[in-house]
Amino acid sequence: MENTLLVIVLAPLVAAILAGIFGRFIGRAGAHTVTILGVATACVLSILTLKQLVTGEAQNYYGNVYTWLVSDGVQMNVGFMVDRLTAMMMVVVTFVSLCVHVYTIGYMADDPGYQRFFSYISLFTFSMLMLVMSNNFMQLFFGWEAVGVVSYLLIGFWYTRPTAIFANLKAFLVNRVGDFGFVLGIAAVLYYTGSLDYREVFAAAHHAFAGKSMEVIPGYAWDAITVTCLLLFVGAMGKSAQMPLHVWLPDSMEGPTPISALIHAATMVTAGIFMVARMSPLFEMSETALNTVLIIGSCTAFFMGLLGLVNNDIKRVVAYSTLSQLGYMTVALGVSAYAGAVFHLMTHAFFKALLFLAAGSVIMGMHHEQDMRKMGNLKKYMPITYLTCLIGSLALIGFPGTSGFFSKDALIEAVHESHLPAASFAYFCVLSGVFITAFYSFRLVFMTFHGKERFDTSETAHQQDSHAVAAIHDDHTYGHDDHSHVNQDHVHDDHGHVGGIPHESPWVVTLPLVLLAIPSLFIGWFTIEPMLFGDYFGSAIVVEEVHNVLGELAHEFHGSAAFVEHGVTQWPFFLAMGGVFFAWLFYVKLTDVPSKIARFFAPLYKLFENKYYFDDVYFAVFAKGSRNLGQALWKVGDSVFIDGFLVNGSARAVGWFASVIRVIQTGRLYSYAFTMIIGLAAMLYFFVLKH
Amino acid sequence: MSFTEILFYFFSAVLVISATGVITARNPVYSALWLVLAFFNSAIIWMLLEAEFLAIVLILVYVGAVMVLFLFVVMMLDIKVEELRAGFTKFDWLGLPIALVVIGEIASVVWLKSSDGVHLGLSSVAAPAAYALDYSNTKALGQLLYTEYLYPLQLAASILLIAIVAAIVLTMRKRPGQKMQDISAQVAVKASDRVRIVKVAAVQPDVDHGVEGQS
Amino acid sequence: MITLQNVLLLSGVLFSLSVAGIFRNRKNVILLLMCIELMLLAVNFNFVAFSRQLGDLHGQIFVFFILTVAAAESAIGLAILVVLFRQRKSINVEQLDTMKG
Repeated sequence: MENTLLVIVLAPLVAAILAGIFGRFIGRAGAHTVTILGVATACVLSILTLKQLVTGEAQNYYGNVYTWLVSDGVQMNVGFMVDRLTAMMMVVVTFVSLCVHVYTIGYMADDPGYQRFFSYISLFTFSMLMLVMSNNFMQLFFGWEAVGVVSYLLIGFWYTRPTAIFANLKAFLVNRVGDFGFVLGIAAVLYYTGSLDYREVFAAAHHAFAGKSMEVIPGYAWDAITVTCLLLFVGAMGKSAQMPLHVWLPDSMEGPTPISALIHAATMVTAGIFMVARMSPLFEMSETALNTVLIIGSCTAFFMGLLGLVNNDIKRVVAYSTLSQLGYMTVALGVSAYAGAVFHLMTHAFFKALLFLAAGSVIMGMHHEQDMRKMGNLKKYMPITYLTCLIGSLALIGFPGTSGFFSKDALIEAVHESHLPAASFAYFCVLSGVFITAFYSFRLVFMTFHGKERFDTSETAHQQDSHAVAAIHDDHTYGHDDHSHVNQDHVHDDHGHVGGIPHESPWVVTLPLVLLAIPSLFIGWFTIEPMLFGDYFGSAIVVEEVHNVLGELAHEFHGSAAFVEHGVTQWPFFLAMGGVFFAWLFYVKLTDVPSKIARFFAPLYKLFENKYYFDDVYFAVFAKGSRNLGQALWKVGDSVFIDGFLVNGSARAVGWFASVIRVIQTGRLYSYAFTMIIGLAAMLYFFVLKH
Repeated sequence: MSFTEILFYFFSAVLVISATGVITARNPVYSALWLVLAFFNSAIIWMLLEAEFLAIVLILVYVGAVMVLFLFVVMMLDIKVEELRAGFTKFDWLGLPIALVVIGEIASVVWLKSSDGVHLGLSSVAAPAAYALDYSNTKALGQLLYTEYLYPLQLAASILLIAIVAAIVLTMRKRPGQKMQDISAQVAVKASDRVRIVKVAAVQPDVDHGVEGQS
Repeated sequence: MITLQNVLLLSGVLFSLSVAGIFRNRKNVILLLMCIELMLLAVNFNFVAFSRQLGDLHGQIFVFFILTVAAAESAIGLAILVVLFRQRKSINVEQLDTMKG
C-alpha cells in the first residue's frame, strides 16, 4: 500500500518537473502527455485505493515514510494516513484534476505558457495530495502552503496583466492572514499535546486540553481548546474564503479558467473544509468554536450569494456561488455534520468544476468575452456546453435527484436538527441561500444561453469593442473594482476562427464537461446512504453524541428514492423552484425589470456592486495603513534612527573618538617605548602595593 | 665577608659602571665597548653563581658575535652623531625618576620582609651551598637540553637559521652594473657557443695592386 | 656567599639603567638595541640567580634560549637598521613617524 501511495503522490510531481524544467525539450504535446499520464496514474490508483478500502480488501493505512527532522523530541515526518475520507478526497482531487488537464489542452491551445501551465497544475495536484494524505500537521501545513504557492502562481499566470498581478498579490496576502492563524493553531496543538502526529494528537486531545485555559488578552482566560480550534479555523477561513477573508477568491478569477475550476472551486478552497473535518475530534470538544464556525459559514453562504445576483461577469457569478457553497459546507461543519460537509464538498467539486469549465467553454466560444450582457441564446451555437452547464446549475440549486440535491438537502436538514444557539440563524441563512442560489444560477443560464443574441458578430466591432474596454481598464491601476472582465492581451484568442460568431468547443473541452456531468447528476444518489448515514467514514470523523445531527436524521432516512420524494415536499425545493421562476421571469420574459429593481433599490444595489465595501475598507485600513506604517518606519525608523543614528552615528562616534585618541599617536618609536616602560613601572607599583 | 663576596661586589661595581657608560657615552662605538665590558663582568658574576656554561656562552655569543656585529654596523654606517645627540638629556627628568622608581620597586620587593613571602627581606634567604667539586654544569645542562628540551632546541636552531636567512634577504641588494659570475652557465657552456670556426680562403697578397692604390 | 637578594638587586639596577638608557638615547636605534640587550641581561641575571637558589637547572635552560632568541633578534634588528639607513641615510628614530595617527 505504501508504494501505491507513493506513486500516487509522486507521479504528478515527476510530471510537473518534467513539464516545467524540461518543457522546452519535450514540447507542447510532450508536456500535456506526461502530465496527463502522471495524473491519470494517480487517479486510477486513487480509485483502486478507494475501492480496496470500501470493499474491505485493505485496512486504513497509517505510517511514516520519511523522517524529515527531529527537534527536541518532536518528530517531523512525511507520512500518509489513508482512510476512507482521505481516499475520497484523493479520488475527487485526481479526477477533477484529470478532467481539467484534458480540458486545458483545448483551452490553452494557443498560449505561449502552455508547458508552464501544465507543470503548475500537476504541481498543484501533488501539493493537494500531500495535503489530504498527510498524517501529521507539519505535512498538512506543507501541502497547505504548497497549494497556496501554486494558486498564487496560477492566478498571476498571465503576469503581464496588472490586474492579474494585483489579484495574485491580494490572494497571497489574504491567505497569509489565514496561514498565520493556522500556524498558531498548529503551534497550540504542539504545545498542548506535544506531538504533530494526527493519531497521537487525537488520542491525547481529551486529556491534554481538559481544563486548560490560556490568556490571549491578559486577564481573560479562554479555553485552550477553543482558542486552538478558532486559530485552526482562521486558517480554514483564509483557504476556504470565508468571510471576512473571502476577498481574494473573486479576484482569483483573473487566472485561466481551468484553474478557477480546479483550484478555486473544486479542490484547493475545500482544503479548509477538509481540514476541519479531519480535526473533528478537536472541534467537537469546543462548542464555542463550533458556533463561531456556524455563524461565519452562514454569513458567507447568505451574503456572498447575494453578490452573485448583481454580477455580470460569468466567471465571477460562479465564483460567488463557490463562496456561497463553501459557506454551506462551513455551516455543516458548524453543526457537526462533518460527513455532510465532506459529502457536499465532493458533489460540489464535481458540479462546480463542471460549471467553471462550462463557463470557460462559453468564454472560448465567445472569443474571450466574459460579460454575460454580451451573450445570449448560446444554446443554439454551443449545445453540449449548454446541456452540461444546465446539469451543473441544476445540481447547484439542488434539483431533486441531482447530486447537489442530496448533499444540500441533507445539509439543510442537519442544520434544522441542530441544537446549537446559532443554528436558527444559520437555518434562515441557508434556506434563503437556496432561493438566491437558484436565482443567480439560472440568471446565468438564461442570460448566457437563452434570450436574445446580444453579441456583436462582426469581427471588427468585436475587436474594437474589446480594445475600448481594455483601454478603460488600463485606467484602473488596481483593477479591483472592475466588474466586467475582458482579456486585455489576446494571447490565446481566436482559435483559428475569423468571425465573431460563437462556436462549440473542441472535443478535449467537451469531453471533461461530459465526464464531470455524469457524477454531478448521479453520484449523490449512490453515495448518500453510506456517506451520510452509514458507517462510511468510520473512525475518520468523530462526532459527540450531543451534536450528532446526522445520526438523528438517519432514523428518518429510508433510501435515496424516499429522500427525493420527501425532498419535493419541503421548503428548499419550493424556494429553489421559485428562484428559477423569478430568474426566468426577469431575464427571459421581462428583461427590463432587473434594471428597474436596481434603480428602485439603488443603495442596496450599490452596496452589492461594491461587495459590501470589504475591499474598500481593506484598502483604506490595511493596505493604506500598512503602507503608511511602512512609510513611517522607513522615514523615521530606517532613515533617521537606523541609518542616521545607529549606522552613521556609530561611525561618527568612532571617528570622533579616534580624532581624540590620535593625539597621543605621535608615530615616534620612543614615545611608544616610554609608554610601555611607564606602564610597566605602574604595574610593578600595583604589584608591590597590593601585597 | 668572604672572598667570593668581595669579588661579587667588585665586579658588580664594574658592571654598574660599564652599564652607566653604555647609556652615557657620546659615541656609539664607546657604548658598544662599554657593553662588551658589561658582558664580561656579567660572565664573571655568572661564574661566581656557578653557571659556567652560560658564562662561556655569553662571552662567545655576545661578545664574540653579537657585539662584533654591533661594532661592525656602527662603524659601517655613516652615523651623524651630533644630530643624534641633540637634546640628549631632554627626557632625563622623566627617565631618571622612572629608573629610580623601578629600582625602588625592585628593592622594596627584595628588601622588605613580609609575612606572606612575597617580599623577601634582604637577609632572610640564605645563599645555597656550593655544588660538589666534580659537578659539571655543562654536562647537566646538556643532559637536559638533549632530552627534555630537544624539540625547543630544534626550534631555537630553526629560529637562528631563519634569522640568518632573514638578515641576508633584508640586506642583500643588487647594484646596477655589478658583474657577477654565473657558475652554472659557465659549467653548462658548450664549445660551439664559444668558438666559431671560420674557413677563410687563402689569398695571395697583390703587391702591384697595393702599389697602384698608393699612387 | 652571594645571596639571592644581592643578585636581584644588581639585576634591578641593571634594568633601571637600561630603562634610563632608552629614555636618553631615544633617537639612536643602535643604542636602543644595546639597551634592550642590557635589559635582557638583567632578566637573565634573575633566571641564573633563581636557578642557583632553587637548584633547578631549568632556569639556565631558559637563559640559554633567551640568548639564542636575543642573538637572532639583534641580527635581524641590525639588518633592518642597515636597510633603514640605506633608505633614509639616517638612523634617527625621530624621523620615523610614518605611524602617526
